[in-house]
Amino acid sequence: MIKVQTDDFDIATLYQQLTNNELNPHGYGAIVTFVGKVRDFNQQQQVAAMALEHYPGMTEKSLEEIIVQAKARWPIGEPIIIHRVGELLPGDQIVYIGVASAHRKAAFEACEFLIDYLKIKAPFWKKEQTDSGYQWVDARETDQSAANKWAKQ
Amino acid sequence: MLTIVFFAQTREIINQGSLSLEFTPAFKDLETLRQHLASKGDKWDLALQKDKLLVAVNQQMSDWNTEVKDGDEVAFFPPVTGG
Repeated sequence: MIKVQTDDFDIATLYQQLTNNELNPHGYGAIVTFVGKVRDFNQQQQVAAMALEHYPGMTEKSLEEIIVQAKARWPIGEPIIIHRVGELLPGDQIVYIGVASAHRKAAFEACEFLIDYLKIKAPFWKKEQTDSGYQWVDARETDQSAANKWAKQ
Repeated sequence: MLTIVFFAQTREIINQGSLSLEFTPAFKDLETLRQHLASKGDKWDLALQKDKLLVAVNQQMSDWNTEVKDGDEVAFFPPVTGG
């Protein structure tokens, strides 16, 4: 399940959806979730607010594609990815990834793969409001290298 | 006709989110199309510098040597920063 939305999300509700036996039958005994939040500092600057922009259509397609890749690689059920767009404040939740599998290793690895690939493949852009005005966030080399480690050996 | 769309800094620098462009066979690949748009003025040249620019065709990430076809939706944007 993929959702791109301005509204906040409730992790308890998402946990229920992830484990409700229709999306992921009870044989999936390991659940791993990741939540990303807005930091109040970035690159030595206080962040007062953030705006998130995306490419409607391509965003959903790229998230579907990385889910297909994760499911081909690990024995996982149907993941949930939620990503917020629009105006956000420090402490706000940005992204949720939930993965279910029979055993923990596949669930941990697939969850990390999904967030690593989301960060370099999905067309979202962050703009931060700092003391020196609005600034677009630069892509980080560390995000690229985090994704590179999943390249097939 | 080609539909060209821009996002984030790329859109802000040229102050334009999208445009339509008559397709001609002269646009043989994405690099040719990028050069054509960059020649529209200083801001376009700045916005479309290749070192920090990605390109997608019909909502799929693409390479600069990808062929351009009539009816394509081409998007130019900076490296992504979601998550």
